[in-house]
Amino acid sequence: MILAKVLGNVVATQKNHRYENARVMLCESINPEGEGTGNTVLALDAVDAGVGDTVLIVQEGWSASTTATGKAGAAIDSAIIGVVDRIDLLKDAT
Amino acid sequence: MQLARVIGTVVATVKNDSLKNRKLLVVQSLNKDLAPQGKPLVAVDAAGAGVGELVFWCRGKEASFPFKREDTPTDCTIVGIVDSDAHVSRQ
Repeated sequence: MILAKVLGNVVATQKNHRYENARVMLCESINPEGEGTGNTVLALDAVDAGVGDTVLIVQEGWSASTTATGKAGAAIDSAIIGVVDRIDLLKDAT
Repeated sequence: MQLARVIGTVVATVKNDSLKNRKLLVVQSLNKDLAPQGKPLVAVDAAGAGVGELVFWCRGKEASFPFKREDTPTDCTIVGIVDSDAHVSRQ
């Protein structure tokens, strides 16, 4: 799983049918300190995340399509599966 | 999944049978400002995309799931077309 910040979302009318009723969120991956890494990814929302939230994104197909659509076997490779409340780091560990 | 711009097409006459009649497109992944991010890739189309369009693609084994034959050899498939550049909202 990766840590990311939700930046916004993407609207697509023409898409694979398994994406219907799903929200495609635009996210930027972050490091544990909360700084953006500059890498932008898309993920389906499975937890009602909103813009500005720090989230956990799973980047594995079975988990992503099961959590986001309720069924496996969709062409979905990433989903937001948690909203992060806080991250505690051991000081000077990195 | 990543946002990408379709920047070209690929023609291959000799290819795996399950790729017959499939459109191969060159896609350049984009970041949140719709600027290029990383190297261009070749993707199989499952959404009816064309050159110049803003799309999103799926990676890995799941990329072959839109096709009837699950043995379709692809690790990058276009699964949606973004309505327009303005439909990428961000703060």
